[in-house]
Amino acid sequence: MSGAFRIPSAGRLSQAKTARFSFDGQSYTGIEGDTLASALLANGVHLVGRSFKYHRPRGFLSAGAEEPNALVEVKRDDARKAPNIRATVQELYDGLVAQSQNRWPSLAFDVGAVNDIASPLFSAGFYYKTFMWPKAAWKSLYEPKIRAAAGLGVSPDKPDPDHYSSRYAHCDVLVLGGGAAGIAAALAAAETGARVILADEQADFGGSLRFETGAKIDGQDGYAWAQGAIAKLKAMDNVRVLSRTTAFGYYAQNFVGLVERVSDHLQSPGHDLPRERLWQVRAKRVVLATGSIERHMVFADNDRPGIMLASAARIFLNHYGVAVGKNVGVYTANDSAYAAAIDLKKAGVNIAAIVDLRDHPTGPVIDEARALGIEVNFGRAVIRAGGKLRVTSMTVQPKNGGGERTIPVDAILMSAGWTPSVHLFSQSRGKVAFNDETKRFVPGIYAQDCVSVGACNGTDGLAASIDEAYAAGAKAAKDAGAKTAKGTKPKVDASESWSRGMLGAAPGAGPDKTVKAFVDFQNDVTAKDIRQAVHEGMRSIEHVKRFTTNGMATDQGKTSNMHGLAIAAETLGKPIPEVGLTTFRAPYTPVTFGAIVSHSRGPLFDPTRKTAIHPWAEAQGAVFEDVGQWKRAWYFPRGSEDMHAAVDRECVAVRTNAGLFDASTLGKIEVVGPDAAKFMELLYTNPWEKLEPGRCRYGIMLREDGFIYDDGVVGRLAPDRFHVTTTTGGAPRVMNHMEDYLQTEFPHLNVWLTSITEQWAVIAVQGPKSRDIIAPLVEGIDMSDQALPHMSVREGKICGVPTRLFRMSFTGERGFEVNVPADYGQAVWEALWAEGQKHGAAAYGTEAMHVLRAEKGYIIVGQDTDGTVTPNDAGLDWAVGKKKADFVGIRGLTRPDLVAKGRKQLVGLKTKDPKVVLEEGAQIVADPKQAIPMKMIGHVTSSYWSQNCGRSIALGLVAGGRDRMGETLYVPMPNGVIEVEVAGMVFFDETGGRLNG
Amino acid sequence: MAKAAAAKAAAKTSASAASAERRPAQAGRSVSAKNVRVEVLPPAERMSLRAPEASVAALSKALGLTLPKSPKSSAVKAGRTALWLGPDEWFVIDEAGKDLLADCAKVSALHSAVGISHRNVAFTVAGPAAAAAINAGCPQDLSLEAFPVGAASRTILGKCEIVLLRTAADAFRVECWRSFSDYVFTFLSEAASDAAA
Amino acid sequence: MLLIRCPYCEEERPELEFRNAGEAHIARSANMAGESDDDFEKFFFIRSNPKGIIYERWRHIHGCARFFNAVRDTVTDKFVMTYKAGEPKPAKLPGASK
Repeated sequence: MSGAFRIPSAGRLSQAKTARFSFDGQSYTGIEGDTLASALLANGVHLVGRSFKYHRPRGFLSAGAEEPNALVEVKRDDARKAPNIRATVQELYDGLVAQSQNRWPSLAFDVGAVNDIASPLFSAGFYYKTFMWPKAAWKSLYEPKIRAAAGLGVSPDKPDPDHYSSRYAHCDVLVLGGGAAGIAAALAAAETGARVILADEQADFGGSLRFETGAKIDGQDGYAWAQGAIAKLKAMDNVRVLSRTTAFGYYAQNFVGLVERVSDHLQSPGHDLPRERLWQVRAKRVVLATGSIERHMVFADNDRPGIMLASAARIFLNHYGVAVGKNVGVYTANDSAYAAAIDLKKAGVNIAAIVDLRDHPTGPVIDEARALGIEVNFGRAVIRAGGKLRVTSMTVQPKNGGGERTIPVDAILMSAGWTPSVHLFSQSRGKVAFNDETKRFVPGIYAQDCVSVGACNGTDGLAASIDEAYAAGAKAAKDAGAKTAKGTKPKVDASESWSRGMLGAAPGAGPDKTVKAFVDFQNDVTAKDIRQAVHEGMRSIEHVKRFTTNGMATDQGKTSNMHGLAIAAETLGKPIPEVGLTTFRAPYTPVTFGAIVSHSRGPLFDPTRKTAIHPWAEAQGAVFEDVGQWKRAWYFPRGSEDMHAAVDRECVAVRTNAGLFDASTLGKIEVVGPDAAKFMELLYTNPWEKLEPGRCRYGIMLREDGFIYDDGVVGRLAPDRFHVTTTTGGAPRVMNHMEDYLQTEFPHLNVWLTSITEQWAVIAVQGPKSRDIIAPLVEGIDMSDQALPHMSVREGKICGVPTRLFRMSFTGERGFEVNVPADYGQAVWEALWAEGQKHGAAAYGTEAMHVLRAEKGYIIVGQDTDGTVTPNDAGLDWAVGKKKADFVGIRGLTRPDLVAKGRKQLVGLKTKDPKVVLEEGAQIVADPKQAIPMKMIGHVTSSYWSQNCGRSIALGLVAGGRDRMGETLYVPMPNGVIEVEVAGMVFFDETGGRLNG
Repeated sequence: MAKAAAAKAAAKTSASAASAERRPAQAGRSVSAKNVRVEVLPPAERMSLRAPEASVAALSKALGLTLPKSPKSSAVKAGRTALWLGPDEWFVIDEAGKDLLADCAKVSALHSAVGISHRNVAFTVAGPAAAAAINAGCPQDLSLEAFPVGAASRTILGKCEIVLLRTAADAFRVECWRSFSDYVFTFLSEAASDAAA
Repeated sequence: MLLIRCPYCEEERPELEFRNAGEAHIARSANMAGESDDDFEKFFFIRSNPKGIIYERWRHIHGCARFFNAVRDTVTDKFVMTYKAGEPKPAKLPGASK
């Protein structure tokens, strides 16, 4: 049995397929195809949540995505528990576990409900006014307490084990909304052969045809027609039909974000299936067929469980076969609620009375209701609902006052009319226009290539909607370049008609009353709150919204905006359009972070770049560090060595024997063309024209402002070919910088740039025995000092494969950098390693590399420079071509500030106690006894323990540093002041003799 | 000095013919989903060719195929494919192992030819869901109308740059830089299983 | 995500393939070293940042890799037109009535 309120003769679900589920620990049975809402209602459960602020008991207001109340937690396991799931959207599966939120200790008895009794304290703006003083208490006391007490739902605290996917899609016509209008538009567009995507947020297409029993199209029941049309569309190659898919954001140039809920409705989703799929659709034309949303009546205690929209009751009955009560009252200002009463009555449910606020409505539904024997009252209002955890009665009064009458009910269906869903239109930057006659905001001025059709366009009636939609679908396809439609327009044989309705508070909830007549259920905003906001001086609807939080909950005011606006307008004494509508923002309904992140998590969070030699380093037990996206071997610990010991050993090995270092990550650019040298002259401070092929030079690149941008060794392979190296981190931006100048400032130069960073693996072999290690493996290159002096490059072979062999050094030792095609990198490394073993060589990592270069005073751009350092500041004036007429940065270097005295200059720093290693980034002062804040004259840029020097070494930028040689400066640290002596930048082999062997 | 002489001698005598073993990235990796298969392709000769309009004819002749002049297009002949990447830029692939740089070295007309055989790794993505798999991370329209067979473009896949070539209605060649190949393969594998679903 | 027409690829391509490169038509002096402080300041530091039509440089960095120029309306964020690097500032904008 799937619930006492299930009516076997009603609905479209097959009674045969039951699904068991639990809510707050209680087991129930539903039917496959149910939503959690319909299954609970079938079991007579209306109370499903507590409200946000007052903790008032709440039930279902709607049967769809606009639901503000019935937010529950759905839990598959500890990691997969999703808070704030709308029970009206969550489809039932066997074994579903759900629980209510925002209540303690239980849903029926919630301590927080004291807020409801104390509610005079919690009026609009309460938090703003109350927690002003003392100011310091806000952060430490008020905010944490309020946040803990408020909040909707609890986030899972474990990593999300589900996966999410994404897809870019392109189409001619994107149709959003799969009701009658959307289907008609999609058919018309699809029949032209245009590429069409049709998306609807529901599991089932049809929109309001799911409950409009009066609709007949092409001789069929409306819902059956919709299913037939969808089957036809699905069978077409040019059409993609997406159900359970919400268009949440409409962005520039018809770029629309959709989330497809792929597996939330499945009992045990296959591992292959993502939970959700993000679609990013670029459409030539968009057809908005988003329908309209029914509004509730604003009256006292209109939030009691059992009180819901009339259309919701119809969906529950006509689609799910569920009666929302046994003795149902109806409160309306609109015809559509009559249809709900009639459907329920015909299904055997007692309709206690229809209360219609209108004085003299006429029409077929009214006649039919009367004919069915339903009591109909005109010109009357429901001024109060009785009951607490469930509505028990409605109190009726003539709308202009008079005797009250209380009618017992177990549910109230209400309808104040229908609000066109202009959310996506508004997100597209379209401007809505107010129709004074129908009191609706409808699409006015379009900003993008889209069109609204049907109810969201304010079009009334099924036939008119389908006509409009079919024509719009065909036109959209044509505008997107497709042919004319060949199909036939669906013919509407019968339909229902819904007349207008009302906006704002109903009688009994007027300005003279202090009752709780809810406008916004999710944020607990009442009619009174909105009036109060106006009384306290809020004039703009945007201010009213923020003061009251009306429309600011996750449902984005789908049911509340128009009522709130009308009440504010009435209080202000202004017409509605003058008060204005608040802006609709994405997302239309909440979107999970998972869907937005989609594939970009775990190994795909960001590319992890590894060199060709990485597997060798990994096998050797190297510890890696992240350098940008690269993994670089940091140090190679042996046995029980810690980092310190490993680095000391590596540094000593390089200077004693030799070391091998993977330098593959260095950026490399091949500059080719007859004007290559001219181009280099312009991009680097150094002179290049006279550099002979086969020789290298250390180059400095500046920005136009004169500050160091990058550096690296450049080898001239041929008169028209340079092999340029850049820093690891600088590779992409240096390439961009060079391309920028080449393409836009120096396009007359015949030269081209190619990134060869990844073409070549680079093995640095450094140390006194480096040549002995390399030479046996090299072919075709004279390795003698005369033939291959420091700063030269040759092409030849190593281990039988091509190499660009550089003689260069970043250690101050005799050194080489062996470039080989990347796929050979590891094999050549292994061959060099084998040779190295004969000579006591060590593999060294980036930490030892840093220490070794610092011992020689070689700078690292980005560590010893920070974008405000000139070549002169860094002691590299020698690398600036004094006779050059132009290079990038030449003018910047002569700016007044850059030539001023007292600039920070890079110098060496020696601690008085050689054992003390300074902290990088530590500030430097001249007088440690001065008052705080002290005048800081510089900072430490690089600092290491140097085993080779037997002491700590450091580089720092110090104001007027080079004039302070020998001076004592001070580095104040938390544990005391460290004395340092300003020294030269070279700590090891000052004469540089070792470079040449 | 004696040491240097010894080194010189060593260089002359020990020139070994033994070739270093080539270890291509992602070698042998593949993944099959219902409607799409992703597979790493064997190494190929690759060249980045840059040249002004005036040199195109001479280079085409030397390479034995007509360098394409239209955006987003390519030309194929005898295992050699030239992809238009920019108005003066072609990416040339030779799957038969022929030396592209040697062919261009004969050309005196202005150009830049740079070997990038090892810079890139290539994958094939094939099957009815191939385009859908690539569209998991590539924002371009990959319909046959917008991206027909032979279409070629540098573009984006997820957080990485790729070169994309459509080799058949249901097959693509995806080229990326070597160090991004693990990311690209992993991305395409995930995307393939989703595209198949 | 915007669509941007690349004048070299001759079609609209997704914004992800592009990178903005700042204001356009700020020429580097042929006699850079001889620029006055004022001129250098104008060249290097001063940008117009208009409300409305802006001329800017973009690079199709993950496409054909070319730099090009674009006219964009900073109010609507719409591209009015794009043209190749080195081409002069368009005298008249398409659709401009004012």
